[in-house]
Formats: sequence, structure tokens, C-alpha cells
Amino acid sequence: MQGGLLLMAAISMGYGVSRGEAAIVLRKAVRVCMECIGLG
Amino acid sequence: MRQSIRRKLIQTLAFFITNPRLGNFLSGRLYKGEWKSLCVPGLNCYSCPAATFACPIGALQAVISSAGLWFSYYVAGFLLAVGVVWGRLVCGFLCPFGLFQELLHKVPLPKRKLWAPLLYVKYVILIVFVLLLPLLWTDFSGAGGPAFCEYICPAGTLEAGLPLLAARPEFRQALGGLFAWKLLVLVLVIIGCMMSYRFFCKLLCPLGAIYGLLNRISLYRLQLSREACVACGKCQSACPMGVNPVGNPGAAECIRCGECVAACPRQALSLRFSADDICK
Ligand code: SF4
Repeated sequence: MQGGLLLMAAISMGYGVSRGEAAIVLRKAVRVCMECIGLG
Repeated sequence: MRQSIRRKLIQTLAFFITNPRLGNFLSGRLYKGEWKSLCVPGLNCYSCPAATFACPIGALQAVISSAGLWFSYYVAGFLLAVGVVWGRLVCGFLCPFGLFQELLHKVPLPKRKLWAPLLYVKYVILIVFVLLLPLLWTDFSGAGGPAFCEYICPAGTLEAGLPLLAARPEFRQALGGLFAWKLLVLVLVIIGCMMSYRFFCKLLCPLGAIYGLLNRISLYRLQLSREACVACGKCQSACPMGVNPVGNPGAAECIRCGECVAACPRQALSLRFSADDICK
């Protein structure tokens, strides 16, 4: 079962990256997140 | 070397690998390179000036709250892979906020056990604040916000909010009710951690909830030999997370710290990679 889940995880990550999710994470993470620091 | 000391060394190393840019605390600048598109396995705010990588819970909300996307396959796949291999070992060894909580617990205040039903609060927080609110609580353009980061996460206040306010005067002018609320949450979590071991992990952490759900099937696991066990109860007394390793070696609260393994006089417990049944 674990092998199947790991395969699913790899496919899921690949699909997410292909539709631009890693770029969204990068855009959010390189700027100060005003919500995270409590300034809204 | 004693297990607890070895674990502290690994936790400290993980803290500095996650947050190597200590000089940025003085300038209040963030690292802006490509590494920030990758997540770390533990809870570590990406707005922390020292951080090189992204926080998986922040990243999950960032994608979910983007207009047109309702789920993050990228971050969910990452968490699934980490959880299936390691389970909550991440909490016990790799999470910087976990180390912070353990140090707080050394403060000599009266210690209390958490009421068991409260352990389920973190699952509600995962569903409501991490998965649903960023998706459903949207503005006119269809974009939501990171509700967990905004209203709960004490790691963001501690690792990013306070250092950035100290280093950058322009942020101080924007202080208001939300910051007061987040500061209150942080103070309550700090007091909670002084009185109850890993109070935040047990009660509020959505990452602990995700890895906890995968603990039973993770490849790195606590294994019990029923033949060797004499039911002396020493493992249960040694467990700082309140788990009974004999009753449930795959418990969602087990952070794989190894205290029970060290306490067992019969070597009935072991931590290892295995796909076998957790009780033999
Ligand atoms: S069951 Fe053992 S390994 Fe798990 S948290 Fe308790 S002492 Fe640590």
C-alpha cells in the first residue's frame, strides 16, 4: 500500500507543478506575508 | 549517547538547515531565491527572515486561496510522501517549532495533562482554517486568504512578525487588532507549552494532524514484539506524548522520539523502517 501511496504522491506533485503551483508558492514565499505576521 | 541528547542535536541541526540566513534578522529582508518554491517538512514560516524554504501549511493555503484553484496537488503530494515515509518523526526531529515547544517545557511551572478530547481540535483546524476558509472566504476576485496563518499560527508571529517589526519600522505603523490577537495566541501557546508537553502540536497543529493520520502506515514506525513484552508499563510512563506504545504503536500522537524504546527493559520496542505489521 505504501508503494501505491508514494506513486500517488509523486504523480500529484508532478501534476501540481505542471499547473503552476510551485510558482504560486514561490511568489507567496518571497514576499512578506502580511497575514502571517499579523498585519492583515 | 542518550536518545534525548541525540534527538536534541538533530533538532538543532534541522533548525539551522531550515533557517540558515540568520544575518537577515538584522536587515529584516527575506531570501528571494528559487529554493523558496520547495517546502520543508516541518512548520516554519516562509516570512521568517532566516528561512530558505516554504512552510507547507502556508504553501497549501497559498495555492488553495488562489483564484481558480481549489486544492494543491503539489503540496498535498509532498506531505503524503513525507508522511508515508516518516510519519510524525518530522514533529519529533525536524520541526523548528517543535524544538521551541520542548525548550519551553523545561521552564519550571506546574505540569498538566491535556484533556484527551482536545487532541481532536487540530483536525478541525486543518479542515476549517487550512482547507475550507482559504477556499470559501473569498473577495470579489475569487481569491481567499491564509486563514490559519492569519488567525492562529504562532510560528508566524514568533519567527516572522516579531523579528520583522523589530527590524523594519514601517511595519510598526500598521500594527492593529489582528496583531494584538496573534500576540495573544502566541502568549497563550507559550504558557500552554510550559505547562503541557508540546501543547501546540497536540492541540492546534494542522501539520501534526496530517502526519498523525499517516503514522499508522508510515514506513518508519514503532514496532512491538508481543513475545518480548512483559507489560511492565515503563514505556507508557516514559512517553512524553501520553501514548501507550503497547496498546497502540501506530498512535497518531507518537512523534517517534524513542523514549519508550530506551525505557523498555526487554527490547520489545524498536523504531525502524518496515512494511510489516506494527505488532508481532
Ligand atoms: S510512543 Fe514512544 S516514540 Fe512515540 S512519542 Fe511516546 S515515547 Fe516517543
